[in-house]
Amino acid sequence: MVAYYLAMDDVFRALADASRRQLLDRLFAEPGQTLGALCQGLEMSRQAVSKHLAILEEANLVATLKRGREKLHYMNPVPIHEIADRWIGKYQRAPLDALAELKRTLEGEDHG
Amino acid sequence: MAEGKSSFVYVTYIRTTPEALWEALTTSDFMRKYWFGVTFDTDWKAGGAWKMVYPDGSVTDSGEVLAFDPPRRMVLKWKHENRPELACEGYALCTIEIEPHDGAMKLTICHEMERTGSKLIEAVSGGWPRILANLKSLLETGDVLWRTKAG
Repeated sequence: MVAYYLAMDDVFRALADASRRQLLDRLFAEPGQTLGALCQGLEMSRQAVSKHLAILEEANLVATLKRGREKLHYMNPVPIHEIADRWIGKYQRAPLDALAELKRTLEGEDHG
Repeated sequence: MAEGKSSFVYVTYIRTTPEALWEALTTSDFMRKYWFGVTFDTDWKAGGAWKMVYPDGSVTDSGEVLAFDPPRRMVLKWKHENRPELACEGYALCTIEIEPHDGAMKLTICHEMERTGSKLIEAVSGGWPRILANLKSLLETGDVLWRTKAG
C-alpha cells in the first residue's frame, strides 16, 4: 500500500500546477503531440514544457509512444480514474453490494 | 497528432506477474469479471479471428489477431459492428503490451486508426479506463470496483 500512496502523491503533486494542467488539457484536445507541437502557442520555454512533461510522465498522467524518431505524448486518464474510484466509487458501489448481498441471501434460502 | 490519424494510449501499473496478467487478458472466465460480462470468442492465434461477445450473445466488435506473443504483446485488428457510424470507419489497430517496471507490470493499451476524428477511437477510449481499473483491482485485491457498465 505504501507504493500505492506514493504513486498517488505523485499524481496530486503533478496536478497541483496550472501549467501542467494546461498541458494535459492540450493533450486531451489533441492526443499524440510531439514536444514541438505542444510548445506552439504556449508562453513556456521548450525546456520548461519538457520538464513539466517529465513530471507528468513520472506520475503516469502522460504516456508516450515512440514513432520513428518522434516521441508522441498522450494524456493518460487512468490515475485520475483511480482517484475517482478511491473516493467516489465507493458511494456508487454501496447499492450494488447491497443488491449482491440480497441476491446471495435469497438464493441461499432457495437452495436451503 | 499526425494528420489523418486518431489514437489514444492508456497505461496502468499492476502489481502482479506477466503470466497472471496475460491470463486475465485472454481467459474468458477471468475477462467477464472485469469487463462487465464481455468475453472474446477466439482461439488466440496470430491470423485467427476474434469476436467480442456480450452476455446476451450479441457481438459488437470483431477483427483479427495480428500478433500474439505471450506474455508480452498482442496486436488486434479491431472493427465495430453495431453502430453504423462506427462500423463504416473500418479497422482500427489495438496494441496491448506488458513490460515489467519497478516491481509491477506496466500495461499499455494503444488504439489507433488512420483517420482524423475517428468516432470508433473516441468510443473505445471511453470504455478502457473503467475496464483497466477493474482489472487492476481484481488482480491486486481479488475483487472488482465496478460490476455494471453504467456508473
